[in-house]
Amino acid sequence: MAITYEPIATTTLSSAAASVTFSSISGSYTDLVLVSNWTVSTQNNLLMTFNSDTGSNYSETVLLGDGSSATSSRQTSATSIRVGFAGSASSKVINIINIQNYSNATTYKTTVYRWNSEEYVSARVGLWRNTSAITSIVLTASTGNIASGSTFSLYGIKSA
Amino acid sequence: MTPVYKLSANSVKNGRTVYGSMLAGNTAFELPGDFQSIATVSVGSGGAANVEFTSIPTTGYSHLEVRFIARTNRADTIDDMFVQVGNGSVDTGSNYAAHRLYGTGASVGAGSAINKTQMEWYNQFTANNSPASTFGCGSFQILDYANANKYKTGRILGGSDQNGEGYVEYHSGLWRSTSAITNIKITANGSFRQYSHFALYGIKSA
Repeated sequence: MAITYEPIATTTLSSAAASVTFSSISGSYTDLVLVSNWTVSTQNNLLMTFNSDTGSNYSETVLLGDGSSATSSRQTSATSIRVGFAGSASSKVINIINIQNYSNATTYKTTVYRWNSEEYVSARVGLWRNTSAITSIVLTASTGNIASGSTFSLYGIKSA
Repeated sequence: MTPVYKLSANSVKNGRTVYGSMLAGNTAFELPGDFQSIATVSVGSGGAANVEFTSIPTTGYSHLEVRFIARTNRADTIDDMFVQVGNGSVDTGSNYAAHRLYGTGASVGAGSAINKTQMEWYNQFTANNSPASTFGCGSFQILDYANANKYKTGRILGGSDQNGEGYVEYHSGLWRSTSAITNIKITANGSFRQYSHFALYGIKSA
């Protein structure tokens, strides 16, 4: 029996960086799971794009709690998917991003993910309107940098 | 793990070879890990009225996880997931309940569906009127699925985004039976369309 759930790559930033990239992702898995624990140099979002596509091909549906109320919102025809928000420079954010059936060449790619910070809890569904297999993922701070010590681990899951 | 010793005609001279497993030395052999694929259903061009996993082993795993993308032929932009479970066959009695927290992109809501004949997990799939190539996605877990002393509980996080419409849905589910689960049946209001994909995994514990 082959390994089903295995690590592909991990990046731990030794110094602040504007972005983190996973490239040359093998198509031999069914799903990808990206697990991260990060902080930022200033209040901002962490943005995710695939295959270097910076066109307006992304969207998301949001469920968010801030400790006093719950809200839902969406963004459409965006240039990235927002996969986390740090409410301050010291805020620590964790997230688990599931990218389902990332390597087929017939469906648009969907993600379901949740993230938590010191200020918020959120669950979201995201869409990339492209049928290409995902071979690279870029995570970018909307402003400033991702802080030193932040970790990003990419896993692959194989189905039968 | 008890080592396996391989002896040959030259063992007296050259010594024995020690392996960690009877299967070691087979180039295809890898330790399987603790998250294992049990079965997968990929819906073909003819579609499928339902997806069912049967003969799920009740030993060797502690929890089950189903990961999916799916679209149905319902004349709508969304469709719901209905899950029945059972031992030997699925239970069609009114023994299921679910609670939900959800976002529509504009508002939030919560609700419940109790004493139902299936776990009703709403708005998990896209449907016939959704933009082409869009699929709902998510995963659900059934915890301690083989324990004979507990009612069975599950949870799901899923939904769809259709660039202007969509839902994110977080549900719990209950099956009021202490039987071990060997069957999981997944249906929707419509039939599943081609490229829908459901994968069942088992999770081990120490």
